[in-house]
Amino acid sequence: MKSGSKLEKLFNQGEFVVSGEIGPPKHANADIIREHARMLKEYVDAVNLTDNQTAIVRISSIASAVHVLAEELEPIVQMTVRDRNRIGIQSDLLGAYSVGVKNVLCLSGDHQSFGNHPTSKNVHDLDSIQLVKALKDMRDEKKFICGDEIKEHEPRFFIGAVANPFGDPFEYRVMRLEKKINAGADFIQTQCIFDMDRFERWMEQVRERGLHKKAKIMAGLMPLKSHKAAKYMQKFVSGMIVPDEIIERMENAEDKKAEGVELCVEQIKHLQQIEGVAGVHIMAVNWENIIPTIVEKAGLYPRPQIKE
Amino acid sequence: MIVAEGKPIAEVAKLIEDANKVLVVGCGGCVTVCLAGGEKEVGILASALRMLRKKEDKPLETVEITISRQCDPEYMEQLEKYITDDIDAVVSMACGVGVQFVAERFNKWVVPALDTKFAGGALEHGVWGERCGLCGECILYKTGGICPIIRCSKSILNGPCGGSQDGKCEIDTEVDCAWQLIYDRMKTLGKLDKLLEIEPIKDWSKSRDGGPRKVVKEDVMIK
Repeated sequence: MKSGSKLEKLFNQGEFVVSGEIGPPKHANADIIREHARMLKEYVDAVNLTDNQTAIVRISSIASAVHVLAEELEPIVQMTVRDRNRIGIQSDLLGAYSVGVKNVLCLSGDHQSFGNHPTSKNVHDLDSIQLVKALKDMRDEKKFICGDEIKEHEPRFFIGAVANPFGDPFEYRVMRLEKKINAGADFIQTQCIFDMDRFERWMEQVRERGLHKKAKIMAGLMPLKSHKAAKYMQKFVSGMIVPDEIIERMENAEDKKAEGVELCVEQIKHLQQIEGVAGVHIMAVNWENIIPTIVEKAGLYPRPQIKE
Repeated sequence: MIVAEGKPIAEVAKLIEDANKVLVVGCGGCVTVCLAGGEKEVGILASALRMLRKKEDKPLETVEITISRQCDPEYMEQLEKYITDDIDAVVSMACGVGVQFVAERFNKWVVPALDTKFAGGALEHGVWGERCGLCGECILYKTGGICPIIRCSKSILNGPCGGSQDGKCEIDTEVDCAWQLIYDRMKTLGKLDKLLEIEPIKDWSKSRDGGPRKVVKEDVMIK
């Protein structure tokens, strides 16, 4: 066992793991985080806490994780390299581990030009792959980035990274995933899948390289509330592919929310059949309370227990 | 070269609003090449400033001179005779380096007329692009001659990030994704396997993060 996190244990048991996501609020009260954690804890195995997503200032992912832990839900702390240098990052990692966080997801972070502080300076002292490596070295080599030994109580995280099968250059995407896994990633969460064909082509390459055996691949999903959201992502979110059929299907649906749930459930059932997909990560942005319905309809409820 | 761009004339006028007589100094180096602060631009700025002040009924006297390089003390000597007592301010049309050299050399109020942009080159007539991040330790041999530090919006050394689509950067569809360029180039050169190597964390102490830098070449030092 590398970290002993619930996430790691469930993967080791061979379970099809389900994670959710909570976006922390843009103020200093955590009630909404707690509320979402209580609502989700029976339906997901762990939950991502985003790190100032789209570069908008929110409660920090680590502080949010403290609230999630208090509700007895397993946190996955997202950590971007946009806002902190190696000193800040390592310090925050020590702090996160000290409060009980055992899973960290390493990301580049959305560029600050998308957020509410577009005139800020970005850091990028490390990149996301180097962050993965740093986490691994802290855990397995008991070393800080500078090479100094961590004499005791090294942070032992289950290390996550992201992959985007819908970014370009497509042919390089799996190579870069391999790099992340070689750097030390234990699990991978993908960008939201709407173009299932492309995802399957990507998974084929993943299997060709045997990467699904080296890291657990979680397929990212986003339930759609309306065709407008789908259209917006198709047009304005780079690194995302939303096929026209999806938009048409949503547009033609009488009950759009029900159709969004139906689509997501179909996707989950399809993904369960793909060799190498070890779980799903459901990103219900501003629609967190739909996750229990989706999990139940997909036949993934109740969630598995850790076998002692 | 250093690429710079003129500040709006009204902004420059504001910087010297208390002066009656100014020396406008051009530079014959990079800013002449990028058409921002050479002899021609000195003439244009000086006359524009005079016209503005005439309209305000507060006439401004200007003296114009362009020296070979403002970033070299040797050429600074040429300025000496123009820095007379009646000069209230010096308007430097050099990059930030030149402005500082003039300010260090003469006991005068010196203001910049340009915004210094980046180290780059001409892409086409009238268009310049950034190429070097001045990081102090060149890695271009690893990336097919394309710099990810300055051309990737996130300075990713093991790119591309998830925001690269159709060859463009997530921040702007006008901006090329540096890692798409690197990938294409490495593919053409048959060196894609190099991109599987994990580029280690960079030593930024060689960049500005290590404090103001200096290059010393002892063999050519006179003293």
